[in-house]
Amino acid sequence: MAIHQHRIGDLLWRRFVILLPYSWLLLFFLVPFAIVFKISFSDPIVAQPPFTALFDHSQNLLNRFQGSLNNYLFLLEDNLYWISYLRSIRVAGISTLLCLLLGYPVAYYIAQSPPTRRNLLLMLIILPFWTSFLLRVYAWMGILSTNGILNSALLWMGLIEEPLQMLYTDFAVYIGIVYTYLPFMILPLYANLERLDLEIHDAAADLGGKPLQVFWDITLPVSVPGIIAGSLLVFIPAMGEFVIPALLGGLDSLMIGRTLYDEFFVNRDWPLASAVATILLLILILPMMLFQRTQVSSTESNP
Amino acid sequence: MTTTADETTAAPEPSAESYLQIRSLCKDFDGITAVDQVNLDINKGELFAILGASGCGKSTLLRMLAGLETPTSGRIVLDSEDITDWPAYERPINMMFQSYALFPHMTVEKNIAYGLKKEKIEPDEIDQRVKNMLDLVQLKGFDKRKPNRLSGGEKQRVALARALIKNPKLLLLDEPLAALDKKLREQTQFELMNLQEELGVTFIVVTHDQEEAMTLATRIAVMNSGKFIQTGTPTEIYEYPSNRFVADFFGTINIFDARVINVTGRELTVEVDQSDIQMKAYSDKPVAIDDNVGIAVRPEKISISKQLQDGANITATKGVVEDLAYYGNYSIYRVKTESGQLVQVSAQNQTRSSDHVVEWEDEVYLSWEQNSSIVLVD
Amino acid sequence: MRKPPAALFSIACFGFAFLYIPIFLLIAYSFNDSRLISIWGGFSTRWYTELFQNDQIIDAALLSFQIAAISATFATIFGTLAGLALTRLGNYPGRLFFTGMIAAPLVMPEVITGLSLLLFFISLQELIGWPGSRGATTITIAHITFSMAYVAVIIQSRMQSLDRSLEEAAMDLGGRPFQVFLDVTLPIISPAMLSGWLLAFTISLDDLVIASFTSGAGSNTLPMVIFSKVKLGVTPDINALATLIILVVAIGVAVASLIMFRQNKALSQQKV
Repeated sequence: MAIHQHRIGDLLWRRFVILLPYSWLLLFFLVPFAIVFKISFSDPIVAQPPFTALFDHSQNLLNRFQGSLNNYLFLLEDNLYWISYLRSIRVAGISTLLCLLLGYPVAYYIAQSPPTRRNLLLMLIILPFWTSFLLRVYAWMGILSTNGILNSALLWMGLIEEPLQMLYTDFAVYIGIVYTYLPFMILPLYANLERLDLEIHDAAADLGGKPLQVFWDITLPVSVPGIIAGSLLVFIPAMGEFVIPALLGGLDSLMIGRTLYDEFFVNRDWPLASAVATILLLILILPMMLFQRTQVSSTESNP
Repeated sequence: MTTTADETTAAPEPSAESYLQIRSLCKDFDGITAVDQVNLDINKGELFAILGASGCGKSTLLRMLAGLETPTSGRIVLDSEDITDWPAYERPINMMFQSYALFPHMTVEKNIAYGLKKEKIEPDEIDQRVKNMLDLVQLKGFDKRKPNRLSGGEKQRVALARALIKNPKLLLLDEPLAALDKKLREQTQFELMNLQEELGVTFIVVTHDQEEAMTLATRIAVMNSGKFIQTGTPTEIYEYPSNRFVADFFGTINIFDARVINVTGRELTVEVDQSDIQMKAYSDKPVAIDDNVGIAVRPEKISISKQLQDGANITATKGVVEDLAYYGNYSIYRVKTESGQLVQVSAQNQTRSSDHVVEWEDEVYLSWEQNSSIVLVD
Repeated sequence: MRKPPAALFSIACFGFAFLYIPIFLLIAYSFNDSRLISIWGGFSTRWYTELFQNDQIIDAALLSFQIAAISATFATIFGTLAGLALTRLGNYPGRLFFTGMIAAPLVMPEVITGLSLLLFFISLQELIGWPGSRGATTITIAHITFSMAYVAVIIQSRMQSLDRSLEEAAMDLGGRPFQVFLDVTLPIISPAMLSGWLLAFTISLDDLVIASFTSGAGSNTLPMVIFSKVKLGVTPDINALATLIILVVAIGVAVASLIMFRQNKALSQQKV
């Protein structure tokens, strides 16, 4: 009898461990997406909430579905949205590449440092992450503005005649993204490079590989999983970035995160914002699944 | 001929004919000496083993030969060329790493071909040589596999093939069998020896396992804290260890601490400390009366019996069996002598009869030939 | 020991300089008496005084701390359970889906998470009349949802490096699963839970986009106030605020690493 009760207790504990986080995520993560998807088929009206109901229960079954593809058709017609999506992909792509170019040598350097120094260097990489993201982006406003620190320094050195317009340009957006997302590139790369068996470098050198060849033949291919993970961790959030283009980008530098934000808060066209979000999600679903796969495979490979 | 510690520290005459000559090689890491004044001559086609506990400097020595570590001082000459300052990728020396260091992203075939590709050899020739090598190490049909789908023994053979394919003048093997289980280790040992004989490549094996060194190598150097303690054939090192460290490190040995009481030519008589047991032994080294020496005897050289064995050249002592372990073909006894020392004896079980069997607590006599005793003076 | 080549070293130096120079400039300019960045008007602490007299900022900071503390606590509980479910419960129906769903908030653009949660809350209000108004509660729920993913990842990686035989030994000695969790697992993962909590706290404190979507009229978090101020350009009292935040983080990290250093030292002494 006692044993029986124990077993029920064990089973309950197991259920609890799985079901509590599971149902929370279902309710507050998955269901909201379904709602976004649903509303993207509604039409906007001036009301509270500002969209038509998708199911009109007064109608009979056939006419009950009131949705329309109007929002999506509008997105296709209006160049503004196309440009926003394409610009976002471009800005996120270039930023990711810049992050990789700067992050790889840094990660490699840390991985090659003596073990005692590695933790300190790693902490220095993570440390800025703990301070406010918003304030770190804001710091660049002071550096890049027309009468900012960088312009003053360049003028003082006589490199330029008059201040450069750096703030409110794409250049500033690239700097902002690279600056905030660099740790996300470095950390997975470091994790990969650190695990790398240093003997395989020795082996390649021993077999006749010169240092650069060894890097090209061995280090780079072996670190591909780290490169993919790091690049996705930069590219995906950069795609939907709102704060950086809003603070550092020009009025004309439309990125989709900002377009969505404006559509929602300024134009109050919630169904259209939902459609914008749905398309953004569709664009990102492939990279996200790729990221999931790298996560899952790293989970399964070291049980 | 046994080389003693004294002789190795003084640089031997550079012999022009030696294939590999290591002269006064040293390596310091931040003030810590890992390799200390090592001199070594190795002939072409030898299978040489460097034996030592972990941290004795043997791996550093090997890495210096491979060019992966820069010596602090000293020279390395291979086949009449001073290669001390050559980078690893230019040396005609290849290495089999302890972890095997197979490139995880390349197939077996690509792993083996890597060294040849770096030599810019024609693809057709590479294919042919890789194929031959796969045959040689019995890995036919494994060419398209990735390292993570190989067993330990297969990985070991890929690593060997990859190092051998460049026809190195010298092949370095860092603990080549350490990662294999016991059965596989024995089999691979013979495969390695056959391969070496077949190809005629000079091998240097680094190992911490004295049995492995003894069965594999034609000559062995015993290393301790960066120095070569003794260099010689396996028999020389086993039967004539030059000092206590080698005697103790190489197999099991009983050592009686004693004081010399009489010297007659090569023959000396000693008295074991804390007892009145006297022993006779031969020494080639100069010994004087009142010197403290160690008398070392291998367990298998001692015979154990309940009756006193007598003879002119026999050393004997009395004791009580404290412990015995039966291994089937032989048994090991631990006998406490009158001086209180535990002596290990191993005896073949030649008969099945249970007569005269030595048991726990039995009073027994231990005896051995006088010339089985090794005199250790340090 | 191999030494990294000089080129690598200089790029690494550039990388670290890139990360830290803006932060140091921010600190330096918080003590600038002049309102303009280009002019150094001398050392002054007047922006700090001004900061502490700004009720809007103080209120927003208090609200943010409250939300961060509550959401970090719940996120740690849920995230720990999720981490356990991912590593210790073997296979169960929907495990792969679960794995995907837990990691998804890590990479989901904030605008999408924010938008979907807002629309969810509005629909819920229509359906059951709750939440009556949006504010601290809805922001807290949103923050729990997205920061529990970070905690789950931290716990998951800690559990993976944890020797499973410890738990098996406890089970072998008669511990029921829940007892084993309390007696063995929890003490071992508690440092990871603490860093998970701190991370969740920081993320919540830092979030602008999701909070903007899920908050209602009148409840402004600190990032929302900062954003509305800096949108118009550089304001010196925000420099002062940034310096204070950096100071708190620096002290926190220093204390944490000191504790970790002590623990490591104790561990290595035990091993000897």
